[in-house]
Amino acid sequence: MNSALIIIFLTAALALVLGLVARSGKEMTLEQWTVGGRGFGGILVFLLQAGEIYTTFTFLGGSGWAYGKGAQTYYILAYGCLAYILSYWLLPPVWRYARQQRIVSQSHFVARKYDSPLLGVLVAAVGVVALVPYLVLQFKGLGIIVSVASYGAISSTAAIWIGAAIITAYVMVSGVRGSAWTSTVKDLMILAVVVFLGIYLPLHYYGGYGDMFRAIDAAKPGFLALKPSGDGGLIWFQSTALLSALGFYMWPHAFGAVFTAKAEHIFRRNAIMLPLYQLILLFVFFCGFAAILKAPGLTGPDIDLSLFKLSINTFDPWFVGVIGAAGVLTALVPGSIILVAASTLCANDVLRGLRREMREETVAWTARGLVPIVALVAVFFTLQGGKTIVALLLMGYSFVTQFFPAIVCSLMRNNPLTKAGAFAGIAVGVATVVAVTLSHSTLATLAPFLPKPIQEINVGFLALILNVIVAAVVSAGARAATIASAERA
Amino acid sequence: MTSLKWLAALPFIAILGGTAFFNSVEPLVLGLPLILAWLVLWVLLTAAIMALIFFNDPANSDRAESDGR
Repeated sequence: MNSALIIIFLTAALALVLGLVARSGKEMTLEQWTVGGRGFGGILVFLLQAGEIYTTFTFLGGSGWAYGKGAQTYYILAYGCLAYILSYWLLPPVWRYARQQRIVSQSHFVARKYDSPLLGVLVAAVGVVALVPYLVLQFKGLGIIVSVASYGAISSTAAIWIGAAIITAYVMVSGVRGSAWTSTVKDLMILAVVVFLGIYLPLHYYGGYGDMFRAIDAAKPGFLALKPSGDGGLIWFQSTALLSALGFYMWPHAFGAVFTAKAEHIFRRNAIMLPLYQLILLFVFFCGFAAILKAPGLTGPDIDLSLFKLSINTFDPWFVGVIGAAGVLTALVPGSIILVAASTLCANDVLRGLRREMREETVAWTARGLVPIVALVAVFFTLQGGKTIVALLLMGYSFVTQFFPAIVCSLMRNNPLTKAGAFAGIAVGVATVVAVTLSHSTLATLAPFLPKPIQEINVGFLALILNVIVAAVVSAGARAATIASAERA
Repeated sequence: MTSLKWLAALPFIAILGGTAFFNSVEPLVLGLPLILAWLVLWVLLTAAIMALIFFNDPANSDRAESDGR
């Protein structure tokens, strides 16, 4: 057993212990388990809100895209920043309504707002379908990190099983409290590791940032700026950044994290600090950029390995172990948050939505019982293999963004959408995403008659626009029908 | 507050629209490609704008009551 492996194991054990201890004598009602009894203060909420940024998606995906796709990776920095601006106005009313109505999940929220359990079931089902790739992504990252950082001593399959078992255990016991406690360790560790790597690697290999970027620009002209047009160009960047910003808080787990707060001003204050906090992403990019010339040759899904390939070439095994340990936490903690959200959705929203008479304790018990099942499903899909980390996430984003119109409209004083409209809009939007993803279409192949710049817009927008149009038309129709029947009566 | 909150539109305009005008590598700014420096600048300005909005928002003045601590 090498030193890297020991450090990784100790960290995973620490996460498990901390996650289990987090329960701290609380009786685990559904409200405690999924939303921490709505008692979290600024820092825990901050870490849960920021949890989204420091997942394996950023750690491996952010550096991997910097390495393999260059300037396209900047969109990650852009969308987070825009999403935090929206959060200032979006989250306080969501939190207020949720506290007043004792709401525990996103689809619960939508079902109550629109007075339609069926709509809740739809939102929950789509949410779970989007969360599974997100969880797969964490497991996939975990497997990569452990197998590379252990120098192949542990296969990625074994790592995925161990990781899944750890989070299943502490999520079943402590729920979202376990996630919140472990995320403090995760954020401290990832901060230290990423900042160090992002400073050390460019200076060590190139002498400075300017020299590094000049060297990359000389070797790969145009790689560090966006292409003016074409796939992954400027318009792709703009539309993807905007689409992801709208979708950011539409993730069931991000939306659910809102309910853990004990006061609404926490979100407004966090909206100041969160943009600064995500500047840490810069250092992640620097790692990927540094690897371009110093660990060349990774292509396809392997670009996600760039950070580790360069680290192994650079550092002693024990330090690779520290990086690996930080990486393991970036997979376990978000994974556990997703697991809480997905199990709550299945139990509270799908099952209770269909069988209204279920008691609160039964729901709480079912949600925890579903944890290992959801974890197993994700492990299954992870072991099937496939796409790069960023590509997986982008598909999930297209799904959850479909909730945006219905949720934002429900916060207005006079909701322009009816439940039929919201239902039809989400259904059409999601169906469009599925059709487009399965057929590998872009706007260029779907609508070759459109002008070139419009064809390069992220195809997710097509789904969103169809969603809004259908929701508006059906709502207007439903209203007219109601008025007509009222007049007849 | 009503007028200040429109400042929050600036990062959207700058990051989504403005990037088109700063989409190049040279000149490097503090060692960063121009486009990346532009985005970083706007992340910093976003934090500043949100702080300005926060401290002038009457909704936050009653926080002593709403906060348990």
